[in-house]
Amino acid sequence: MAHYFEIIIRSIFLENLPLSFFLGMCTFLAISKKVKTAMGLGAAVLFIMVITVPINNLILNYILKPGALTWAGKPDLDLTFLGLLTYIAVIAAVVQILEMVLDRFVPALYNTLGIFLPLLTVNCAIFGGSLFMVERNYTFGESVAYGFGAGGGFFLAVVCLAGIRERLEYANPPAGLRGLGLTFITTGLIAIAFMGLAGMELSF
Amino acid sequence: MADTKKELFLIPIFRRNPIALLVLGVCSALAVTGQMITAFVMSICVMLVVAFSSMTISLVRTQIPSSVRIGLQITVIATLVIMVDQILKAYAFELSKQLSIYVGLIITNCIVMGRAEGYAMNNTPISSFIDGIGNGLGYGFILMSVSFVRELLGAGTLFGYEVLPLTSNGGWYVRNGLLVLPASAFFLIALLIWLLRSLDPEQQEKN
Repeated sequence: MAHYFEIIIRSIFLENLPLSFFLGMCTFLAISKKVKTAMGLGAAVLFIMVITVPINNLILNYILKPGALTWAGKPDLDLTFLGLLTYIAVIAAVVQILEMVLDRFVPALYNTLGIFLPLLTVNCAIFGGSLFMVERNYTFGESVAYGFGAGGGFFLAVVCLAGIRERLEYANPPAGLRGLGLTFITTGLIAIAFMGLAGMELSF
Repeated sequence: MADTKKELFLIPIFRRNPIALLVLGVCSALAVTGQMITAFVMSICVMLVVAFSSMTISLVRTQIPSSVRIGLQITVIATLVIMVDQILKAYAFELSKQLSIYVGLIITNCIVMGRAEGYAMNNTPISSFIDGIGNGLGYGFILMSVSFVRELLGAGTLFGYEVLPLTSNGGWYVRNGLLVLPASAFFLIALLIWLLRSLDPEQQEKN
């Protein structure tokens, strides 16, 4: 249990996707003007990551890996080169299904998340989550924990940035820095703040 | 946009830079800028993928039904990225390890999708190809500038060769740890944007 908890904490604070790996930056910068929309986006990312990272983990372990197809009588097949294409297809499909299911059964949530869902197919944070899962050889349980932590880290970071940007509306920066430039500097400062947690030892 | 070919090529580099003005493709841009060599390879990969995906999509643009165009674009892009990834793994394995997941992430790089959707769908293959190269160079320009500063001041080297002699090797330069941290890339891009927008006030955002 402690091991899973460590993965969650690590992926939220130390290996935060937008702040230390720069993943999902496009959406991160574009949809962080208001705290409310940022929360909707963060929740959608969290939701999708918790689902797609474990699914891609199952696909990797039971279909793509060398020897993974033993159950189908083809132990020599190595399909890992199809990885990128498969993961993005899974993400696109999950996003689409999720959109339809939410629309049908939970219209309230759909209306909050609705506009962000299609955007998230091409969000590097979600795709990157699956790729890190592959690179680090997570087991199924670890990939659930990682999906949750990585999505939660994105949620936290985007809400923090939105909160600061709401206040920055009242500031009067040099004309060239207005908007994007200032947002980058703010993000850099948040990243440094998160880095303050680096080197933290987790012991249970 | 009835630009001449030369304008088509030059505009995305400074005037309409995909990163500095349109905030596209920042995701992967920052992560590989710690060293010039990774930034250089990444720029080349992105440039090739943008140019060829734009050209391919433009070639088949009249056949694509608009309801499935996103899926088709992603498939074309993903195929190209897999090719680039496999080539890198075969001929430059060390580099592909350093770039880790970021080559794969070119698939979700918004510049590629953005050019496919915004330009290649309505223009001829040749112009789309040039537009792709131009945008790839615009991306590369930011990447190279940021990595130049980060590697020079952070490690005292350029492309791995020592330029500023470090104190640890008997020289005079003390390396600046801040520039090795990911956060420094944010500050450098902010400064670059500031510079570009001061030179060309048209790009400034209205409050």
